[in-house]
Amino acid sequence: MKVLYFAWLRSRVGAAAEEVVPPASVRDVGGLLDWLKTRSPGHAEALKNLAVVRVAVNQEYVKLDHAVKAGDEIAIFPPVTGG
Amino acid sequence: MIRVQREDFDVGAELTKLTAGRHDVGGVVSFVGLVRDMAGGAKIGAMTLEHYPGMTEKQLAAIEEEARRRWPLAAALIIHRYGRLEPGDRIVLVATASSHRQAAFDACQFLIDWLKTKAPFWKLEDTDQGAQWVAGEAGDDQAAQRWVEKPVAVMAGPGRRRETRPSAGLPKRKKNKRG
Repeated sequence: MKVLYFAWLRSRVGAAAEEVVPPASVRDVGGLLDWLKTRSPGHAEALKNLAVVRVAVNQEYVKLDHAVKAGDEIAIFPPVTGG
Repeated sequence: MIRVQREDFDVGAELTKLTAGRHDVGGVVSFVGLVRDMAGGAKIGAMTLEHYPGMTEKQLAAIEEEARRRWPLAAALIIHRYGRLEPGDRIVLVATASSHRQAAFDACQFLIDWLKTKAPFWKLEDTDQGAQWVAGEAGDDQAAQRWVEKPVAVMAGPGRRRETRPSAGLPKRKKNKRG
């Protein structure tokens, strides 16, 4: 699956996008975030406070219990500040 | 209609285009968002608006659809810019047209409030204290919250009122009922 990072999450992770293949035990967004945290200190730092992290799967907002599967586009970003 | 673009827009030209040939329109309401030069005590030299191409358009279209579901709009337009902007630059245009002004006013306010909490844009401000990402404001959430459609009030049982109504604090009128 493809993971996209925006705004300060991108700077902390150090990448705008990455292609990942999480273990089969990762079934939902919450599980994916936990697994992503183990990838690098930057990931861990970026994802340490989930209160300021929003997630979209295939461009729709989702909650932590939303299922994820191969081929999904997962976007991780801070609360939006447009307008 | 929605547009996400780097370039500036001409408000007058956009409003003219929006209602061209529409003689059912009685009023147009527009909101133009601009870049301020101050934020929380820091002076802003410029800001960069980042967005999520694809999802931004999808969210804005969904927001417009929601406004059209709630109000009888003849036309609606959202233009949102991205990229580097300087104080005074236009960021966003929201315009609504309807036969009657109330729908146009309400829908315009709904669109900008809703957009601020739903459209995936992020502002990086270039200030005299360094570059900083703008955090979402609680005020924006509150502004959007008042547009959340409330379910029909359900009495949960004696003494448990689920919703506070504006009338709740008013003194009850005494009934002068006799015999």
